Amino acid sequence: MKVETKLEGPELTEFLQEKALTIRRDIIKMTGIAGSGHPGGSLSATDIVAAIYWYALRHDPNQPKWKERDRFILSKGHAAPVLYAALAETGYINRDVLWTLRQFGSALQGHPDMRKVAGVEISTGSLGQGLAIACGIALAGRLDKLDYKVYTVIGDGESQEGEIWEAAMLAAHYKLDNLIAITDYNDLQIDGRVSDIKDVCPVDDKWRAFGWHVICIDGHDMDQIVAALDEARQLKGKPVMIEAKTIKGKGVSFMEDMVEWHGVAPNQEQMIAALKELGVDDWTSW
Amino acid sequence: MRRTCLNMVYELAKTDERIFFVGSDIGFGTLDEFKADFPGRFFVEGVSEANVIGLAAGLALEGKIVYTNTIATFITRRCFEQVALDLCLHNVNVRLIGNGGGLVYAPLGPTHQAIEDIAIFRALPRMAIVAPADAEEMKRLMPLTVDYPGPIYIRLAKGGDPVVTDPGMSFRIGKAFVMRRGKDALIVTTGMMLKAALDAADKLAQDGLKAAVLHMPTVKPLDTSVLLDLAEKAPIIVTVEEHSIIGGLGSAVAEAVAEANFDSVKRFKRIGIPDVFPNKYGSQAGLLTHFGIDTETIVSVIRQLNKRPSGQLATERN
Repeated sequence: MKVETKLEGPELTEFLQEKALTIRRDIIKMTGIAGSGHPGGSLSATDIVAAIYWYALRHDPNQPKWKERDRFILSKGHAAPVLYAALAETGYINRDVLWTLRQFGSALQGHPDMRKVAGVEISTGSLGQGLAIACGIALAGRLDKLDYKVYTVIGDGESQEGEIWEAAMLAAHYKLDNLIAITDYNDLQIDGRVSDIKDVCPVDDKWRAFGWHVICIDGHDMDQIVAALDEARQLKGKPVMIEAKTIKGKGVSFMEDMVEWHGVAPNQEQMIAALKELGVDDWTSW
Repeated sequence: MRRTCLNMVYELAKTDERIFFVGSDIGFGTLDEFKADFPGRFFVEGVSEANVIGLAAGLALEGKIVYTNTIATFITRRCFEQVALDLCLHNVNVRLIGNGGGLVYAPLGPTHQAIEDIAIFRALPRMAIVAPADAEEMKRLMPLTVDYPGPIYIRLAKGGDPVVTDPGMSFRIGKAFVMRRGKDALIVTTGMMLKAALDAADKLAQDGLKAAVLHMPTVKPLDTSVLLDLAEKAPIIVTVEEHSIIGGLGSAVAEAVAEANFDSVKRFKRIGIPDVFPNKYGSQAGLLTHFGIDTETIVSVIRQLNKRPSGQLATERN
């Protein structure tokens, strides 16, 4: 069996928004209990990841190595909590494991480890590497005559890496139209605003110039995300970059657009306050 | 040796559909047959080593056995992190074929001389490092690279090197070969320096000094059982390599011998490139002589060690 949604229109939107809300709650609780982690960039990617897992991805949590599965690669590996939450909610891993994030012996390390976690396609964490590997996997799929898609989420700060642009050239050269990349464009990196530190703007023109089909969206508008994924899956002859404008820390008022929340976890008080904002009154019951 | 190696990739690809080739600036006309016969499994990726390693990792994660080829310095220095993470961490079946191991590219200068490639890759878990002595040994190695689990670095010497190994010899990745037996000294070598080591053993025999020669085409995993078996009996141990004395075969042997804690005292010397960037160009042979990586130096070092009961030798020439 494989995970598929038959929902359409407003029902689909609502369903995906609910999944995103669950992921956000898990991210907060996970990092709160761990006492460390990257909540900001996890929350900015949450709506995208929810739409990928519950709308776009052809996969089967009971067969993580199913040959025809679509592959999802979180190139910005520090956003591991968003991936772990999605893997728990879809059934790849046990929910209880989420609360062991970053503990000695836990499968859930600070960055995704494919050796330990079912559903993690590659071990990421060093920025810039995911897209090149995604290219190799996409090329292999074409040569093996498998019609899977490869989805990968990269960061805007990550786009400062040279390897991203080497891979950008390669994907366009081989017309890898089974490759769909999404830039989580939250304009914040550890040291401040991406636009102040080393501006990657204009992201869309850069990818277009490299030969990609580019779709620009609001990365928190579920209808726009779904429409972009539809367009990307249909497109032939080019790799697709979805430039998704996002807000770091999205969903928690005191985290939104604050660079301080790049790599700092909420303390217990903050965790409780954040979960309240996300509709959880008693965090122990979540 | 390079031609033999790449031709073997083509030959192996004929019967194994898992075999892919990804080259980076390998030169016009290289592997034309491979390209013609298996275009879907042949890629040249231009000048982008980091990306080549990522691409190879992606293909290998989907079950391919990927042979990549470029100049050794670019495959070790430029894309070290990709090799460490994309290949070694993921434990994928990618074979890195490095052209010009050591001082082969002498006239091209330090940008192209792979003098610390073995040291770099020795530090990576799961990476196997193989430096055959000649084209015949390369022929024995290559079929074994197909099903070897995990990444492999194949260090190529210059083309046209004399064949010094016996075509009837066996080969196994991780196995050392005793080429000469002798109780007075042990010469440990890898790659094409085997010839200099054998010649040195012959010369020493004229003095009545019997030197054993251990050829270690696999530097990692190191065949410590054979090494230590010989080292235990040898009063003198000399390593010879076309590589920095830091981190290569000499270091590997020194580590193994030191930790073996033999009761008998060993006199030990690493012969290799000193801790410098070569600042003279010329030919490979010229640079090897300049750095004292040759038969004469091996002979004189062993003679000196045989005379001197202890103390350091001043044989390095910068």
